Amino acid sequence: MQPVTTWQPLLRVEDLRTYFFTRRGVVKAVDGVSFSVAPGETLGIVGESGSGKTITSLSLLRLVPQPGGKIIGGKVLFEGVDLLRLSEADMRGYRGSKISMILQDPMASLNPVYTIGEQVAEPLRQHQHLAGKTLWDHVTEALRLLRIPSPRERLQNYPHQMSGGMRQRVVGGIAISCLPKLIIADEPTTALDATIQAQYLAHLKDLQRQTNVAMIFVSHDFGIVARMCDRVAVMYAGKIVETASVRELFSNPRHPYTIGLVNSVPRLDRKEERLASIEGQPPALLNLPPGCRFAPRCYAVFDRCWKEQPPNFEAGDDHSASCWRVAS
Amino acid sequence: MDIAIARPELVADEVRAERRRWDIFLQLNFCIPAAVLLLMLGGAIFASQLAPYDPLQTSLSQRLSPPAFAGGTEAHLLGTDKLGRDVLSRIIFGARVSLSVSLLVILVTATIGTALGILGGYLGGWVDGLLMRITDISLAFPGILIALLLAVTLGPSFTTVVLAISLLGWAPYARLIRGDVLKLRNADFVLQARIIGCSPMRIMLTHIFPNIVNPLLILATLSVGLIILVESALSYLGAGIPPPTATWGSMVSDGRGLIDTAWWISFFPGLAIGLVVLAGNFLGDWLRDRLDPRLRQL
Repeated sequence: MQPVTTWQPLLRVEDLRTYFFTRRGVVKAVDGVSFSVAPGETLGIVGESGSGKTITSLSLLRLVPQPGGKIIGGKVLFEGVDLLRLSEADMRGYRGSKISMILQDPMASLNPVYTIGEQVAEPLRQHQHLAGKTLWDHVTEALRLLRIPSPRERLQNYPHQMSGGMRQRVVGGIAISCLPKLIIADEPTTALDATIQAQYLAHLKDLQRQTNVAMIFVSHDFGIVARMCDRVAVMYAGKIVETASVRELFSNPRHPYTIGLVNSVPRLDRKEERLASIEGQPPALLNLPPGCRFAPRCYAVFDRCWKEQPPNFEAGDDHSASCWRVAS
Repeated sequence: MDIAIARPELVADEVRAERRRWDIFLQLNFCIPAAVLLLMLGGAIFASQLAPYDPLQTSLSQRLSPPAFAGGTEAHLLGTDKLGRDVLSRIIFGARVSLSVSLLVILVTATIGTALGILGGYLGGWVDGLLMRITDISLAFPGILIALLLAVTLGPSFTTVVLAISLLGWAPYARLIRGDVLKLRNADFVLQARIIGCSPMRIMLTHIFPNIVNPLLILATLSVGLIILVESALSYLGAGIPPPTATWGSMVSDGRGLIDTAWWISFFPGLAIGLVVLAGNFLGDWLRDRLDPRLRQL
């Protein structure tokens, strides 16, 4: 049994590894990722495209893309239960009821043949076996939480009758319908335009205040992460390179990659000719060389970086970074 | 009355719903094919009351009499065949066999083909490999050979015909559906269904199936004509429904040799086949439009 501690995280991921077995070799999309999320907290996962953010979030639900994808190791402890050890049927009991997810593209994530009412009702029917008036009251409530105007009338609408912003709210409504403990939002605003984006994020924040749901917010946009999250994990090439609170990460980034990212965010309070950028490309995840994965692009690289992978080092209060520079 | 004063929009809604319910009879693309099919079905069911003659009764003195409007007598409206049997009566009785064979075969083949197509497409892997190889074999196998084999072992009968056509007929469905499912399997809304905890069974039945109804309907309605023709080919080879039972297909092939002198023997049953196929296609089209929420409101 787990010893009872004072600070019990809702979710603790330990050394999660998700590999893709392809004809050309093993792609280590998620390679030893660890983080934890407290109840009601928002953890941001940031990184470039292909850094393994989405695969990490799908791995938490054990929905790794097939064929080829496989979780080969680690633990996903949700309320003390290792989700990776559950049977598939037990795992289905978690999906949608205790852990939910919002996908990126609202145009594609709703089934075109069902009304939105039906789609929000489905998890409630499945997990809570609701029916009749209670069911529809819950559905309306879920849509109200996402600030969908006149939700009762909207129940009969089909996805194609709604705008992208409205559809994404419906997707949020599906995610929140069973009042889960954790929602994974995978770039939920990438497909929305800027004004709708701000509105949607405000609704999500609001929703979190009202339901105290924990969130994992996956994004490549540092600005959004700064606004939405309490803590941030920075991912690079399948590994988490730095974890800290938002304030700490922006004021005192330690990993050279994070430093590069923070500097590349446009700011109004500084006059700059050009935005700073990080030279080079992230490495292909196929047959990685030994050593730090960021080494080829790092400005502070030295001998050791090429030979050994840096472990996580404490870099302050609730702040860790995996870089040899931090250790010395 | 009270409701009407308090919530006038509710009453308006009801009126609108009522109107929608009857609107359907004003749509010609529904009315005409539905009427044709109903007429055929009615004819098949009440054949013994409707047909002017016994379809098997021969009368050599009246053989090859042309239809009433082409110089024949009022007694045989659509003429008689080479044995003096009334063509109209044979068409009415033939509807029984031809329509029930078509319906049964479509039911059997569409069910099997759709089930295998969805299973293979969604589950993928070795299941898909196995099912698709069986499908390939079925598509490549000469159907007439199977039918003859069955006819020889089981003896020609109604059941044999349905079995013989169904045995290979499911393959095109499986192929078509599997292709569509392959595309849908990677759709975000299927991932979404998995995210909310749906079982694979539930995803296949309630999330994927409704999205493949369109191609299914089109293939099913198009196959009516083909089934009637195959049935007639089987009769021709002696593996079908044994004569003298009237079927549309066998009537067409009966009259083939006399097409230049007594065209009516083949023409009228052929016309009946054509009408059923057309009506089926139109109805399938209409149904597709109704089932697709994106088209429904137009």
